[in-house]
Amino acid sequence: MSKAVSALGGVSHKGFVEVSEAGLQGMITVRGDLSSAKMKKAVKAATGTAVPEARRIVIAGDKAAAWMSPDELLILVPYTEAVATVAALEEALAGEHHIVADVSDARAMFRIKGAKASQALLKLCPVDFETLAEGEIRRTRAAQVAAALWKSAEDEFSLVSFRSAAGYVFGALEVSARTGSEPFPA
Amino acid sequence: MLTLECPYCGVKAEETELQAGGEAHLKRFGPGSSDDEFEGYLFLRKNPKGVHFERWRHAYGCGKWFLAARCTATLEVFGTYSAQTKEPPADLQAKIKAKRPDWEGYK
Repeated sequence: MSKAVSALGGVSHKGFVEVSEAGLQGMITVRGDLSSAKMKKAVKAATGTAVPEARRIVIAGDKAAAWMSPDELLILVPYTEAVATVAALEEALAGEHHIVADVSDARAMFRIKGAKASQALLKLCPVDFETLAEGEIRRTRAAQVAAALWKSAEDEFSLVSFRSAAGYVFGALEVSARTGSEPFPA
Repeated sequence: MLTLECPYCGVKAEETELQAGGEAHLKRFGPGSSDDEFEGYLFLRKNPKGVHFERWRHAYGCGKWFLAARCTATLEVFGTYSAQTKEPPADLQAKIKAKRPDWEGYK
């Protein structure tokens, strides 16, 4: 098998916050009836978490389940486990209407680290970061392309976008994070 | 800036996160309809100054279509509701009627 590489090879930039491409990340799109018992079992087996409530992401170690829309979840697992997880989800959801797709290589993931991480993002996304709840995933736009972001740790945001737009997103983040350009410097 | 609350995910999304879909509650006229009916369905829109029902898609968010009632003159938003409805919810219609007594209804 060919060697997998992430969209930008882990490039990073340090401004008033550090923005970096996070490297390979297993991502699986699951569509179906999120309230069904089979779905709950399948997600539990895949990530060890419950099916997230609307607009929430539940993280368990290096795995997570995120709510994308009323009938769609994004499952995050380590890159090397994605193929096996897809097979397990397919098996667990058999007999019920569902779509499971490995989208790891169709997406790019970024991390925005630093005490003012939200200030770099609020220049790009029409999101009120003051009211963004703990454990909330927000699908929005980053400048001109679709993105989803959540607070992945203290002083750290994670952002996913389409891989084809990775260069654009990183460029926008890099400009947005330049030293001295914070909207609220104090 | 227009801010609409998506009834599916609850996000208060501003205009640039949404995609406009034109007038809501159109009755489709397809094969077998008269030329006049088809023309009306395809081209003729109300374009009112005042209360207007519209289709919107939460394009950068959950991706779902929903419906919104707003005033085209003041940009006041009366409410948003699911697209799986044949007509605006009764409580929303009552609310609009209370605010705009001379409103003639959505039809």
